Amino acid sequence: MMIKPLDQAVGSIDAMKAVFARDMKVAFRQRQDLLNPLLFFMMVVTLFPLGVSPEISFLQEAGAGILWVAALLSVLLSLDHLFRHDFDDGTLEQLVLQPQPLFLLVLAKTMAHWVLTGLPLVLLTPVLGVMVHLDGNSIAILCLTLLIGTPVLSLIGAIGAALTLGLRSAGVLLSLLIIPLYIPVLIFGTGTVAAAAEGAPVGAYLALLGAFLVLALTLAPFASAAALKVSLSNS
Amino acid sequence: MWQFFHKLGSPKWFYGIATRLMPWLLVLGLLCLGAGLVWGLAFAPKDYLQGNSYRIIFIHVPSAFLAQSVYIMMASAALVTLVWRMKLADVFVKAAAPVGLVLTFISLFTGAVWGKPTWGTWWIWDARLTSMLILLFLYGGVIALDRAINDEKSAARAVAVLVLVGVVNIPIIKYSVDWWNTLHQPATFKLTEKPSMPAEMWVPLLLSVIGLYLLFGWLACLRMQTEILLREQRTRWVQELVHGSVSFNGGAR
Repeated sequence: MMIKPLDQAVGSIDAMKAVFARDMKVAFRQRQDLLNPLLFFMMVVTLFPLGVSPEISFLQEAGAGILWVAALLSVLLSLDHLFRHDFDDGTLEQLVLQPQPLFLLVLAKTMAHWVLTGLPLVLLTPVLGVMVHLDGNSIAILCLTLLIGTPVLSLIGAIGAALTLGLRSAGVLLSLLIIPLYIPVLIFGTGTVAAAAEGAPVGAYLALLGAFLVLALTLAPFASAAALKVSLSNS
Repeated sequence: MWQFFHKLGSPKWFYGIATRLMPWLLVLGLLCLGAGLVWGLAFAPKDYLQGNSYRIIFIHVPSAFLAQSVYIMMASAALVTLVWRMKLADVFVKAAAPVGLVLTFISLFTGAVWGKPTWGTWWIWDARLTSMLILLFLYGGVIALDRAINDEKSAARAVAVLVLVGVVNIPIIKYSVDWWNTLHQPATFKLTEKPSMPAEMWVPLLLSVIGLYLLFGWLACLRMQTEILLREQRTRWVQELVHGSVSFNGGAR
Protein backbone atom coordinates (compact mmCIF):
# COMPACT_ATOMS: atom_id res chain seq x y z
CA MET A 1 0.00 0.00 0.00
CA MET A 2 1.23 3.44 -0.89
CA ILE A 3 1.76 5.76 2.03
CA LYS A 4 0.87 9.33 1.28
CA PRO A 5 3.72 11.80 1.74
CA LEU A 6 3.28 13.77 4.91
CA ASP A 7 2.69 17.11 3.25
CA GLN A 8 -0.30 15.80 1.34
CA ALA A 9 -1.85 14.14 4.34
CA VAL A 10 -4.17 17.13 4.87
CA GLY A 11 -5.31 19.12 1.87
CA SER A 12 -5.09 22.89 1.91
CA ILE A 13 -8.85 23.31 1.94
CA ASP A 14 -9.20 20.92 4.87
CA ALA A 15 -6.50 22.80 6.72
CA MET A 16 -8.31 26.07 6.10
CA LYS A 17 -11.53 24.57 7.41
CA ALA A 18 -9.73 23.32 10.50
CA VAL A 19 -8.18 26.74 11.20
CA PHE A 20 -11.54 28.43 10.65
CA ALA A 21 -13.37 25.99 12.93
CA ARG A 22 -10.73 26.35 15.62
CA ASP A 23 -10.90 30.16 15.59
CA MET A 24 -14.67 29.98 15.89
CA LYS A 25 -14.47 27.58 18.78
CA VAL A 26 -11.88 29.67 20.63
CA ALA A 27 -13.92 32.82 20.06
CA PHE A 28 -17.12 31.32 21.40
CA ARG A 29 -15.36 30.28 24.56
CA GLN A 30 -14.53 33.94 25.21
CA ARG A 31 -17.85 35.49 24.31
CA GLN A 32 -17.12 38.84 25.86
CA ASP A 33 -14.47 39.48 23.22
CA LEU A 34 -17.13 39.03 20.58
CA LEU A 35 -19.45 41.49 22.23
CA ASN A 36 -16.91 44.28 22.78
CA PRO A 37 -16.61 45.55 19.19
CA LEU A 38 -20.40 45.58 18.90
CA LEU A 39 -20.77 47.62 22.08
CA PHE A 40 -18.06 49.96 20.87
CA PHE A 41 -19.87 50.32 17.54
CA MET A 42 -23.10 51.31 19.28
CA MET A 43 -21.36 53.72 21.63
CA VAL A 44 -19.50 55.54 18.87
CA VAL A 45 -22.74 55.93 16.93
CA THR A 46 -24.39 57.28 20.09
CA LEU A 47 -21.72 59.94 20.46
CA PHE A 48 -22.69 61.75 17.26
CA PRO A 49 -26.31 62.69 18.05
CA LEU A 50 -25.19 63.70 21.53
CA GLY A 51 -21.99 65.44 20.49
CA VAL A 52 -22.94 67.08 17.21
CA SER A 53 -26.67 67.40 16.81
CA PRO A 54 -29.77 65.26 17.40
CA GLU A 55 -31.58 67.05 14.54
CA ILE A 56 -33.29 64.56 12.26
CA SER A 57 -32.12 66.37 9.12
CA PHE A 58 -28.47 66.23 10.22
CA LEU A 59 -28.68 62.57 11.18
CA GLN A 60 -30.35 61.62 7.92
CA GLU A 61 -27.59 63.29 5.98
CA ALA A 62 -24.64 62.13 8.06
CA GLY A 63 -26.03 58.82 9.39
CA ALA A 64 -24.50 56.55 6.77
CA GLY A 65 -21.10 58.15 7.22
CA ILE A 66 -21.32 57.90 11.00
CA LEU A 67 -22.20 54.21 10.84
CA TRP A 68 -19.40 53.53 8.36
CA VAL A 69 -16.81 55.34 10.48
CA ALA A 70 -18.03 53.58 13.61
CA ALA A 71 -17.87 50.18 11.88
CA LEU A 72 -14.38 50.97 10.62
CA LEU A 73 -13.22 51.89 14.11
CA SER A 74 -14.69 48.76 15.70
CA VAL A 75 -13.00 46.54 13.13
CA LEU A 76 -9.77 48.42 13.82
CA LEU A 77 -10.22 47.85 17.55
CA SER A 78 -10.80 44.13 17.14
CA LEU A 79 -7.78 43.59 14.88
CA ASP A 80 -5.40 43.43 17.80
CA HIS A 81 -6.93 40.10 18.78
CA LEU A 82 -6.59 38.58 15.34
CA PHE A 83 -3.13 37.11 15.86
CA ARG A 84 -2.23 38.23 19.39
CA HIS A 85 -3.39 35.21 21.42
CA ASP A 86 -2.04 32.73 18.91
CA PHE A 87 1.23 34.62 18.89
CA ASP A 88 1.48 34.57 22.68
CA ASP A 89 0.80 30.86 23.11
CA GLY A 90 2.85 29.69 20.13
CA THR A 91 -0.02 28.50 17.95
CA LEU A 92 1.04 30.92 15.26
CA GLU A 93 4.47 29.36 14.97
CA GLN A 94 2.84 25.98 14.46
CA LEU A 95 0.69 27.47 11.71
CA VAL A 96 3.74 28.85 9.96
CA LEU A 97 5.37 25.43 10.15
CA GLN A 98 2.46 23.68 8.46
CA PRO A 99 3.09 22.25 5.01
CA GLN A 100 0.01 24.04 3.67
CA PRO A 101 0.62 27.51 2.21
CA LEU A 102 0.56 30.07 5.00
CA PHE A 103 -1.47 32.60 3.02
CA LEU A 104 -4.39 30.16 2.84
CA LEU A 105 -4.32 29.62 6.59
CA VAL A 106 -4.11 33.38 7.14
CA LEU A 107 -7.07 33.78 4.78
CA ALA A 108 -9.04 31.27 6.88
CA LYS A 109 -8.18 33.18 10.06
CA THR A 110 -9.17 36.47 8.45
CA MET A 111 -12.47 34.99 7.28
CA ALA A 112 -13.15 33.80 10.81
CA HIS A 113 -12.34 37.31 12.05
CA TRP A 114 -14.87 38.79 9.62
CA VAL A 115 -17.59 36.32 10.58
CA LEU A 116 -16.98 37.16 14.24
CA THR A 117 -16.78 40.97 13.96
CA GLY A 118 -17.74 42.30 10.52
CA LEU A 119 -20.85 40.23 10.05
CA PRO A 120 -22.37 41.07 13.46
CA LEU A 121 -21.76 44.75 12.69
CA VAL A 122 -23.70 44.39 9.44
CA LEU A 123 -26.52 42.61 11.27
CA LEU A 124 -26.68 45.38 13.87
CA THR A 125 -26.69 48.15 11.27
CA PRO A 126 -30.47 48.18 10.55
CA VAL A 127 -31.21 48.89 14.20
CA LEU A 128 -28.74 51.75 14.39
CA GLY A 129 -29.85 52.93 10.96
CA VAL A 130 -33.37 53.40 12.28
CA MET A 131 -31.96 55.26 15.27
CA VAL A 132 -30.25 57.81 13.00
CA HIS A 133 -33.46 58.16 10.95
CA LEU A 134 -32.24 56.65 7.72
CA ASP A 135 -35.04 55.53 5.38
CA GLY A 136 -35.54 51.89 4.44
CA ASN A 137 -33.84 52.09 1.08
CA SER A 138 -30.75 53.80 2.52
CA ILE A 139 -30.51 51.20 5.28
CA ALA A 140 -30.65 48.37 2.75
CA ILE A 141 -27.93 49.97 0.61
CA LEU A 142 -25.85 50.73 3.71
CA CYS A 143 -26.05 47.10 4.84
CA LEU A 144 -25.05 45.96 1.37
CA THR A 145 -22.00 48.27 1.30
CA LEU A 146 -20.97 47.14 4.77
CA LEU A 147 -21.44 43.52 3.73
CA ILE A 148 -18.99 44.04 0.85
CA GLY A 149 -16.80 46.55 2.70
CA THR A 150 -16.16 44.95 6.09
CA PRO A 151 -14.38 41.87 4.64
CA VAL A 152 -12.03 44.33 2.89
CA LEU A 153 -11.43 46.01 6.26
CA SER A 154 -10.62 42.65 7.85
CA LEU A 155 -8.32 41.62 5.01
CA ILE A 156 -6.35 44.88 4.95
CA GLY A 157 -6.35 45.02 8.73
CA ALA A 158 -4.79 41.57 8.92
CA ILE A 159 -1.71 42.98 7.18
CA GLY A 160 -1.37 45.66 9.84
CA ALA A 161 -2.04 43.23 12.67
CA ALA A 162 0.65 40.93 11.31
CA LEU A 163 3.15 43.76 10.89
CA THR A 164 2.73 45.11 14.40
CA LEU A 165 2.66 41.75 16.14
CA GLY A 166 4.75 41.70 19.28
CA LEU A 167 5.67 45.39 19.16
CA ARG A 168 5.38 47.89 21.95
CA SER A 169 2.36 50.16 21.58
CA ALA A 170 1.12 47.94 18.77
CA GLY A 171 -2.42 49.29 19.01
CA VAL A 172 -1.68 52.89 18.10
CA LEU A 173 0.84 51.87 15.47
CA LEU A 174 -1.69 49.51 13.91
CA SER A 175 -4.17 52.36 13.54
CA LEU A 176 -1.52 54.63 12.03
CA LEU A 177 -0.62 52.05 9.42
CA ILE A 178 -4.10 50.88 8.52
CA ILE A 179 -6.34 53.96 8.52
CA PRO A 180 -4.76 55.47 5.36
CA LEU A 181 -5.44 52.18 3.57
CA TYR A 182 -9.05 52.16 4.80
CA ILE A 183 -9.87 55.59 3.40
CA PRO A 184 -10.70 54.51 -0.20
CA VAL A 185 -13.08 51.82 1.08
CA LEU A 186 -14.76 54.37 3.33
CA ILE A 187 -15.12 56.89 0.49
CA PHE A 188 -16.81 54.43 -1.84
CA GLY A 189 -18.87 52.85 0.94
CA THR A 190 -20.45 56.11 2.01
CA GLY A 191 -20.50 57.37 -1.59
CA THR A 192 -22.83 54.52 -2.49
CA VAL A 193 -25.36 55.49 0.16
CA ALA A 194 -25.12 59.18 -0.77
CA ALA A 195 -25.74 58.33 -4.42
CA ALA A 196 -28.71 56.15 -3.48
CA ALA A 197 -30.18 58.97 -1.37
CA GLU A 198 -30.03 61.26 -4.42
CA GLY A 199 -31.70 58.62 -6.55
CA ALA A 200 -28.58 58.07 -8.66
CA PRO A 201 -27.70 54.56 -9.84
CA VAL A 202 -25.45 52.74 -7.36
CA GLY A 203 -24.28 49.90 -9.61
CA ALA A 204 -20.93 51.51 -10.41
CA TYR A 205 -20.17 52.17 -6.73
CA LEU A 206 -21.05 48.64 -5.73
CA ALA A 207 -18.94 47.29 -8.58
CA LEU A 208 -15.98 49.35 -7.33
CA LEU A 209 -16.46 48.09 -3.78
CA GLY A 210 -16.64 44.57 -5.18
CA ALA A 211 -13.41 45.22 -7.05
CA PHE A 212 -11.79 46.30 -3.76
CA LEU A 213 -12.99 43.05 -2.20
CA VAL A 214 -11.60 40.90 -5.02
CA LEU A 215 -8.30 42.78 -4.94
CA ALA A 216 -8.00 42.47 -1.16
CA LEU A 217 -9.05 38.82 -1.23
CA THR A 218 -6.39 37.90 -3.76
CA LEU A 219 -3.47 40.07 -2.60
CA ALA A 220 -3.87 40.86 1.11
CA PRO A 221 -3.36 37.27 2.39
CA PHE A 222 0.05 37.16 0.69
CA ALA A 223 1.08 40.42 2.34
CA SER A 224 -0.25 39.23 5.73
CA ALA A 225 1.59 35.93 5.44
CA ALA A 226 4.84 37.71 4.53
CA ALA A 227 4.35 40.12 7.44
CA LEU A 228 3.65 37.25 9.85
CA LYS A 229 6.87 35.53 8.88
CA VAL A 230 8.79 38.77 9.48
CA SER A 231 7.17 39.28 12.89
CA LEU A 232 7.82 35.71 13.96
CA SER A 233 11.47 35.82 12.96
CA ASN A 234 11.69 39.05 14.93
CA SER A 235 10.54 37.60 18.25
CA MET B 1 25.88 42.66 -15.61
CA TRP B 2 25.84 40.22 -12.73
CA GLN B 3 29.05 41.62 -11.35
CA PHE B 4 27.44 45.04 -11.30
CA PHE B 5 24.41 43.57 -9.58
CA HIS B 6 26.62 41.92 -7.02
CA LYS B 7 28.54 45.14 -6.42
CA LEU B 8 25.32 47.06 -5.96
CA GLY B 9 24.64 44.93 -2.91
CA SER B 10 27.94 45.90 -1.31
CA PRO B 11 27.66 48.83 1.09
CA LYS B 12 31.37 49.54 0.83
CA TRP B 13 31.26 49.83 -2.96
CA PHE B 14 28.23 52.07 -2.76
CA TYR B 15 29.88 54.26 -0.15
CA GLY B 16 32.79 54.93 -2.49
CA ILE B 17 30.59 55.60 -5.53
CA ALA B 18 28.33 57.88 -3.51
CA THR B 19 31.30 59.89 -2.26
CA ARG B 20 32.39 60.56 -5.82
CA LEU B 21 28.87 61.18 -7.12
CA MET B 22 27.65 63.52 -4.41
CA PRO B 23 29.53 66.73 -5.32
CA TRP B 24 28.18 66.47 -8.87
CA LEU B 25 24.63 65.90 -7.70
CA LEU B 26 24.86 68.79 -5.27
CA VAL B 27 26.38 71.31 -7.69
CA LEU B 28 24.20 70.38 -10.64
CA GLY B 29 21.11 70.21 -8.43
CA LEU B 30 21.73 73.64 -6.91
CA LEU B 31 22.44 75.12 -10.35
CA CYS B 32 19.26 73.68 -11.89
CA LEU B 33 17.02 74.48 -8.96
CA GLY B 34 18.57 77.93 -8.51
CA ALA B 35 18.24 78.77 -12.20
CA GLY B 36 14.68 77.41 -12.33
CA LEU B 37 13.60 79.30 -9.23
CA VAL B 38 15.23 82.63 -10.11
CA TRP B 39 13.92 82.44 -13.67
CA GLY B 40 10.50 81.33 -12.54
CA LEU B 41 10.07 83.68 -9.61
CA ALA B 42 11.61 86.80 -11.08
CA PHE B 43 11.60 86.68 -14.89
CA ALA B 44 8.84 84.37 -16.11
CA PRO B 45 5.78 86.23 -17.47
CA LYS B 46 2.75 86.86 -15.29
CA ASP B 47 -0.23 84.57 -15.60
CA TYR B 48 -3.08 86.45 -17.31
CA LEU B 49 -5.61 85.07 -14.85
CA GLN B 50 -3.77 84.50 -11.57
CA GLY B 51 -1.20 87.27 -11.78
CA ASN B 52 1.90 86.70 -9.70
CA SER B 53 0.36 84.22 -7.29
CA TYR B 54 0.81 81.39 -9.76
CA ARG B 55 4.58 81.60 -9.24
CA ILE B 56 4.38 79.26 -6.29
CA ILE B 57 3.99 76.57 -8.94
CA PHE B 58 7.79 76.56 -9.21
CA ILE B 59 7.95 75.15 -5.68
CA HIS B 60 4.63 73.34 -5.54
CA VAL B 61 4.93 71.18 -8.65
CA PRO B 62 8.53 69.99 -8.11
CA SER B 63 7.85 68.97 -4.51
CA ALA B 64 4.58 67.23 -5.38
CA PHE B 65 6.29 65.50 -8.30
CA LEU B 66 9.10 64.30 -6.09
CA ALA B 67 6.78 63.28 -3.26
CA GLN B 68 5.16 60.74 -5.56
CA SER B 69 8.35 59.68 -7.32
CA VAL B 70 10.12 59.06 -4.04
CA TYR B 71 7.32 56.72 -2.98
CA ILE B 72 7.59 54.83 -6.27
CA MET B 73 11.36 54.58 -5.84
CA MET B 74 10.83 53.33 -2.29
CA ALA B 75 8.34 50.76 -3.54
CA SER B 76 10.81 49.49 -6.15
CA ALA B 77 13.49 49.27 -3.48
CA ALA B 78 11.04 47.49 -1.17
CA LEU B 79 10.40 44.89 -3.87
CA VAL B 80 14.16 44.39 -4.21
CA THR B 81 14.43 44.00 -0.42
CA LEU B 82 11.79 41.30 -0.35
CA VAL B 83 12.90 39.41 -3.45
CA TRP B 84 16.69 39.65 -3.41
CA ARG B 85 17.29 40.70 0.22
CA MET B 86 19.68 43.35 -1.02
CA LYS B 87 21.02 45.36 1.92
CA LEU B 88 21.29 48.66 0.09
CA ALA B 89 17.64 48.59 -0.99
CA ASP B 90 16.35 48.80 2.55
CA VAL B 91 19.00 51.39 3.43
CA PHE B 92 17.46 53.45 0.63
CA VAL B 93 13.89 52.98 1.90
CA LYS B 94 14.93 54.05 5.36
CA ALA B 95 16.87 57.04 4.08
CA ALA B 96 14.21 58.23 1.64
CA ALA B 97 11.07 57.98 3.79
CA PRO B 98 11.61 61.13 5.93
CA VAL B 99 12.64 63.10 2.82
CA GLY B 100 9.44 61.98 1.10
CA LEU B 101 7.43 63.02 4.13
CA VAL B 102 8.91 66.50 4.10
CA LEU B 103 8.38 66.88 0.34
CA THR B 104 4.75 65.81 0.69
CA PHE B 105 4.31 68.32 3.47
CA ILE B 106 5.88 71.09 1.36
CA SER B 107 3.60 70.32 -1.55
CA LEU B 108 0.52 70.34 0.71
CA PHE B 109 1.63 73.56 2.38
CA THR B 110 2.43 75.42 -0.84
CA GLY B 111 -0.81 74.05 -2.27
CA ALA B 112 -2.71 75.60 0.64
CA VAL B 113 -0.89 78.92 0.21
CA TRP B 114 -1.71 78.85 -3.50
CA GLY B 115 -5.27 77.77 -2.88
CA LYS B 116 -6.09 80.79 -0.72
CA PRO B 117 -5.82 83.48 -3.46
CA THR B 118 -6.93 81.17 -6.29
CA TRP B 119 -9.77 79.13 -4.85
CA GLY B 120 -10.48 81.39 -1.89
CA THR B 121 -9.80 78.67 0.67
CA TRP B 122 -6.80 77.07 2.34
CA TRP B 123 -8.11 73.56 2.08
CA ILE B 124 -10.86 71.66 0.35
CA TRP B 125 -11.63 67.95 0.47
CA ASP B 126 -10.74 67.53 -3.14
CA ALA B 127 -9.61 64.17 -4.54
CA ARG B 128 -6.05 65.23 -5.30
CA LEU B 129 -5.56 67.02 -1.99
CA THR B 130 -7.01 64.18 0.03
CA SER B 131 -4.92 61.54 -1.69
CA MET B 132 -1.77 63.61 -1.10
CA LEU B 133 -2.79 63.79 2.56
CA ILE B 134 -3.09 60.00 2.56
CA LEU B 135 0.39 59.85 1.04
CA LEU B 136 1.61 61.95 3.98
CA PHE B 137 0.00 59.45 6.38
CA LEU B 138 1.61 56.56 4.51
CA TYR B 139 5.05 58.11 4.84
CA GLY B 140 4.33 58.67 8.53
CA GLY B 141 3.28 55.04 8.95
CA VAL B 142 6.42 53.78 7.22
CA ILE B 143 8.65 55.87 9.49
CA ALA B 144 6.70 54.87 12.61
CA LEU B 145 6.89 51.17 11.81
CA ASP B 146 10.59 51.41 11.06
CA ARG B 147 11.25 53.11 14.41
CA ALA B 148 9.08 50.61 16.31
CA ILE B 149 10.98 47.48 15.31
CA ASN B 150 14.36 47.16 16.92
CA ASP B 151 15.78 44.38 14.82
CA GLU B 152 17.22 45.87 11.64
CA LYS B 153 16.44 42.97 9.31
CA SER B 154 12.87 42.51 10.49
CA ALA B 155 12.29 46.26 10.32
CA ALA B 156 13.53 46.32 6.74
CA ARG B 157 11.24 43.53 5.61
CA ALA B 158 8.20 44.70 7.56
CA VAL B 159 8.61 48.20 6.14
CA ALA B 160 9.00 46.74 2.65
CA VAL B 161 5.66 44.92 2.98
CA LEU B 162 3.96 48.10 4.17
CA VAL B 163 5.46 50.25 1.40
CA LEU B 164 4.29 47.78 -1.24
CA VAL B 165 0.78 47.62 0.19
CA GLY B 166 0.62 51.42 0.23
CA VAL B 167 1.62 51.71 -3.42
CA VAL B 168 -2.08 51.25 -4.28
CA ASN B 169 -2.47 54.91 -3.41
CA ILE B 170 -0.07 56.20 -6.06
CA PRO B 171 -2.27 55.58 -9.13
CA ILE B 172 -5.18 57.07 -7.20
CA ILE B 173 -3.21 60.30 -6.65
CA LYS B 174 -1.94 60.33 -10.19
CA TYR B 175 -5.29 59.91 -11.89
CA SER B 176 -7.57 61.50 -9.31
CA VAL B 177 -7.69 64.75 -11.27
CA ASP B 178 -8.53 62.91 -14.48
CA TRP B 179 -11.08 60.51 -13.00
CA TRP B 180 -13.00 62.88 -10.79
CA ASN B 181 -14.17 66.34 -11.69
CA THR B 182 -12.29 68.27 -9.08
CA LEU B 183 -11.04 71.75 -8.44
CA HIS B 184 -7.41 70.79 -8.86
CA GLN B 185 -6.05 71.29 -12.36
CA PRO B 186 -4.77 68.33 -14.41
CA ALA B 187 -1.10 67.37 -14.51
CA THR B 188 1.30 70.07 -15.65
CA PHE B 189 3.64 67.78 -17.55
CA LYS B 190 2.72 64.84 -19.71
CA LEU B 191 5.24 62.81 -21.65
CA THR B 192 2.98 62.51 -24.66
CA GLU B 193 1.74 66.07 -25.07
CA LYS B 194 3.13 69.55 -25.34
CA PRO B 195 2.70 71.52 -22.11
CA SER B 196 -0.29 73.86 -22.16
CA MET B 197 1.77 76.78 -20.85
CA PRO B 198 4.30 78.92 -22.78
CA ALA B 199 7.95 77.91 -22.85
CA GLU B 200 9.01 80.80 -20.58
CA MET B 201 6.92 79.14 -17.89
CA TRP B 202 7.49 75.44 -18.37
CA VAL B 203 11.24 75.54 -19.00
CA PRO B 204 12.04 77.01 -15.55
CA LEU B 205 9.51 74.62 -14.06
CA LEU B 206 11.20 71.65 -15.70
CA LEU B 207 14.57 72.99 -14.51
CA SER B 208 13.36 73.15 -10.91
CA VAL B 209 11.94 69.62 -11.13
CA ILE B 210 15.26 68.29 -12.45
CA GLY B 211 17.16 70.29 -9.85
CA LEU B 212 15.06 68.90 -7.03
CA TYR B 213 15.55 65.36 -8.36
CA LEU B 214 19.31 65.88 -8.31
CA LEU B 215 19.20 67.36 -4.82
CA PHE B 216 17.09 64.44 -3.66
CA GLY B 217 19.75 62.14 -5.12
CA TRP B 218 22.40 64.00 -3.14
CA LEU B 219 20.41 63.91 0.08
CA ALA B 220 19.54 60.23 -0.38
CA CYS B 221 23.24 59.41 -0.91
CA LEU B 222 24.19 61.38 2.19
CA ARG B 223 21.55 59.72 4.35
CA MET B 224 22.38 56.30 2.97
CA GLN B 225 26.07 56.83 3.72
CA THR B 226 25.24 57.74 7.30
CA GLU B 227 23.05 54.68 7.65
CA ILE B 228 25.72 52.46 6.12
CA LEU B 229 28.35 53.77 8.53
CA LEU B 230 26.00 53.06 11.43
CA ARG B 231 25.20 49.55 10.30
CA GLU B 232 28.70 48.58 9.28
CA GLN B 233 30.42 50.25 12.22
CA ARG B 234 32.05 47.01 13.30
CA THR B 235 33.57 46.19 9.92
CA ARG B 236 37.19 46.86 9.17
CA TRP B 237 36.68 49.29 6.30
CA VAL B 238 34.50 51.57 8.38
CA GLN B 239 36.97 51.50 11.24
CA GLU B 240 39.79 52.36 8.85
CA LEU B 241 37.70 55.06 7.22
CA VAL B 242 36.84 56.67 10.52
CA HIS B 243 40.44 56.51 11.75
CA GLY B 244 41.58 58.04 8.52
CA SER B 245 43.77 55.44 6.81
CA VAL B 246 41.52 54.88 3.79
CA SER B 247 40.37 57.72 1.61
CA PHE B 248 37.42 57.42 -0.70
CA ASN B 249 37.92 60.75 -2.37
CA GLY B 250 40.65 59.64 -4.71
CA GLY B 251 40.88 56.14 -6.12
CA ALA B 252 38.21 54.15 -4.43
CA ARG B 253 38.53 50.44 -4.93
